[in-house]
Amino acid sequence: MTTMKEQEMIQEQFKARMDEDELLNCMRCGFCLPTCPTYIESGFKESQSPRGRIALMKAVVDGLNEPDAEFERSLELCLGCRACEPVCPSGVNYGHLLEDARDIINQNKKHSLPARVVRKTVFQELFPHPKRMRGAVGLLGFYQRSGIQTLARKIGFLGLLPESLATMEKILPKVPTMKEMKNRPDFLPAIAEKVHRVAFFSGCLMDTMFMKTNDATMKLLQLAGCEVVIPESQVCCGALHGHSGEKHTAKELAKKNITAFEELDVDFIITNAGGCGAFLVDYDHLLQDEPEWKDRAKNFAEKIKDISEVLVAVNFHKKVKMELPLQVITYQDSCHLRNVMKTAAAPRVLLQAIAGVKYKEMVDADRCCGSAGIYNIVESEMSMVMLDYKMKQAKETHAATIVTANPGCLLQMQLGIEREGLSVKMRGVHIVDLLMEAVRQY
Amino acid sequence: MLANEVKEKLIAIVTKANFEDSKTERLVYSYDATPNFQSMPDAVVSPRNKAEVAEILKICNQHQVPIVPRGSGTNLCAGTCPTEGGIVLLFKQMNRILEIDEENLTVTVQPGVITLDMIHAVEARGLFYPPDPSSMKISTIGGNINENSGGLRGLKYGVTRDYVIALEVVMPNGDVIRTGGKLAKDVAGYDLTRLFVGSEGTLGVITEATLKLIPMPETKKTMLALYQDLNAAAKSVSAIIANKIIPATLEFLDQPTLKVVEEFAQIGLPTDVQAVLLIEQDGASEVVERDLTSMAEICKQEQAVSIQIAASEVEAEALRTARRAALSAIARLKPTTILEDATVPRSEIAKMVQAINEIAEKYQLEICTFGHAGDGNLHPTCATDARNHEEMERVEQAFAEIFEKAIDLGGTITGEHGVGAMKAPYLEWKLKAEGIAAMKAIKLAFDPHNIMNPGKVFAKDSKKRVVITR
Repeated sequence: MTTMKEQEMIQEQFKARMDEDELLNCMRCGFCLPTCPTYIESGFKESQSPRGRIALMKAVVDGLNEPDAEFERSLELCLGCRACEPVCPSGVNYGHLLEDARDIINQNKKHSLPARVVRKTVFQELFPHPKRMRGAVGLLGFYQRSGIQTLARKIGFLGLLPESLATMEKILPKVPTMKEMKNRPDFLPAIAEKVHRVAFFSGCLMDTMFMKTNDATMKLLQLAGCEVVIPESQVCCGALHGHSGEKHTAKELAKKNITAFEELDVDFIITNAGGCGAFLVDYDHLLQDEPEWKDRAKNFAEKIKDISEVLVAVNFHKKVKMELPLQVITYQDSCHLRNVMKTAAAPRVLLQAIAGVKYKEMVDADRCCGSAGIYNIVESEMSMVMLDYKMKQAKETHAATIVTANPGCLLQMQLGIEREGLSVKMRGVHIVDLLMEAVRQY
Repeated sequence: MLANEVKEKLIAIVTKANFEDSKTERLVYSYDATPNFQSMPDAVVSPRNKAEVAEILKICNQHQVPIVPRGSGTNLCAGTCPTEGGIVLLFKQMNRILEIDEENLTVTVQPGVITLDMIHAVEARGLFYPPDPSSMKISTIGGNINENSGGLRGLKYGVTRDYVIALEVVMPNGDVIRTGGKLAKDVAGYDLTRLFVGSEGTLGVITEATLKLIPMPETKKTMLALYQDLNAAAKSVSAIIANKIIPATLEFLDQPTLKVVEEFAQIGLPTDVQAVLLIEQDGASEVVERDLTSMAEICKQEQAVSIQIAASEVEAEALRTARRAALSAIARLKPTTILEDATVPRSEIAKMVQAINEIAEKYQLEICTFGHAGDGNLHPTCATDARNHEEMERVEQAFAEIFEKAIDLGGTITGEHGVGAMKAPYLEWKLKAEGIAAMKAIKLAFDPHNIMNPGKVFAKDSKKRVVITR
């Protein structure tokens, strides 16, 4: 609960810090409503729509409303998928408003003790530190390999967890060993004729839990004629922090990353996670109030490109033969890849270039699957509603493979497949892993 | 504040889940798409059927609580802003398509159905519902009927009014009446159907509507005519009509509008010309071809610098979507967009375009003009900032002059957006005192306690009509 005193502080900060021009820029036409997953799933509640949320933020700034529990709830339930942005004719940057509002609320609110411990551990002690990330994921590996996992499942210990977490435990990938995670390359030459020098943003979760996907990404880049630099000093992108009202830490991480990449003399900085990419591409906004960083952030942001964009740009799909066993595949957009990085066509182009597969677009592929960072853990109920809708559409395509472009989406798809009992005939896979499979077939 | 007694009665009707009166839930229904209007309702109620609507109206009538029926709140005349408090009535649970009758070519719907969802449903059966307001992706049929919405296809096919053939309406006293029917002809008594269309929720609550459908046109083609002279574009519009061609769509966009729309849509709209006309024709392919060729010829004679024909339906749809985004896209220029929809006989469109530009210059305002030029309905839109009071005053003066000019040319103060609270002070200019008195008499007969959307259509005070010296 937020106390009255805290509410007053929040209101004051709203008046001082929220971007009034951006709030006014929303002219309330309502064009965003039909694209908002929470508006639709809440049974068309305006308080669960972008227009409603902006009006609520503005009302706090204007002193028409207090930042009470219901106001907070409305913002908490937002997925932050930003589907409202590409359809907004006025060009309101809803994502920035949401981030600022969440940051103000979090900075002025005393969380309950358990929430404080979790937040501190996750946001301060774990994600910003690559070594600790490896350690934590290593523990997971120990859990998976030591027999404890089998034991835990037998005893029914997992029954104590909320349903989505219990299922989540089953679908986590087999993680690499500590040794594998420590031994990462810092440079890889182009395999085909060199066309670009690129840097690879390896990400914290991607470079540990999804290490194989990172390996595949770098391999594809090499095959596409890119020489790849992987600076060791890079850190977590800070998206998780930014989206959860921990803007300060996000800024610190951004500065470390900008420093790590700026002297590398590369054409692009490649990411393979839509969630990270979208945050990286926004670094100039994140650091807009810091004059000594603004330009450096802009240079950095301009180089960010998703792997699929670069592969299409160098005609990888025309040069390298890709083939897979006969199957239907479909693609689930990563919201941030589509809505923020504006990458929607490239993954589809690549998938349709694979011989042997039939690509079938699913209805509302651009609607959020409910993963949304840590949303599926903290807002499990709404997240599962989103997932049920998504799985219904996925099943309609009769696809054997659902392809995604972001680790969160991937886990959510796998969770959906597991929940629906479809794991024998359907799988979820990251696009680069599928492309790598297709290249290997050849 | 609602009296406790009223609140309890309402909850008893709709259950707790469909009654909201927290500050947050009220705030998000304190506005619609009209700038500078905001007012808190006392409660938000979502009935599930007409019986509940009737019960709610009875109680509100008894206790004289204002009722504001609201679809998705996309209207542009402050028609659903609860300026006098009371209850906002939502139709999110009355949103079903009840029947598509392929023998009578009708569709019967509940008021909360989203316009585009219904259009898709009837098109799947090869049928066509022409009214296509720009907000159709989210607007509701109930809202369209109450505002008598137009759209891009109004020129050839008319507006919502021309498709509503039967209504079920709950009267303020709780009576349920049915008007019209699935009938091509019906002269039994007053035409109440037409009266309710465009009544802005001031006479009763529509709980069901039967709409006329027509067969889908066989083909459709789209083209852009580019101009370096605003007047030439406007003259082309009148010339096309005078040549006895009625295109499905004949839209006008000036350069400032083109620029912001292109910034949003990024589809390669020409931004280096003064104006474009977006022209569409549908029907049998030979007719479409012939009309398109003739219209291209007319445009060239009127100094169009270039004619571009959309290569595919995808390209054509992108053009239409871009045009529909025009109003909101203008908000990119400045925080507040004040838009009007003064409408003139289509022969006068060139004079109106010129007058708008002169008025913009006189008051030193940034006015973008776009609109359904083919039916004389323009949308001069002023990009301004509500916080700049001095400029806002000039905006008001400029629009008063635009209304004045429109009426002088035989036009009206609003073609399709409605009067609402926004244009109520100007209504008398169009209707004269006697016209207002006649309408007020109707309102009073239907709604003696004035509970239905009070403060809309009729203003407490009329604006003084400024006389322009010419």
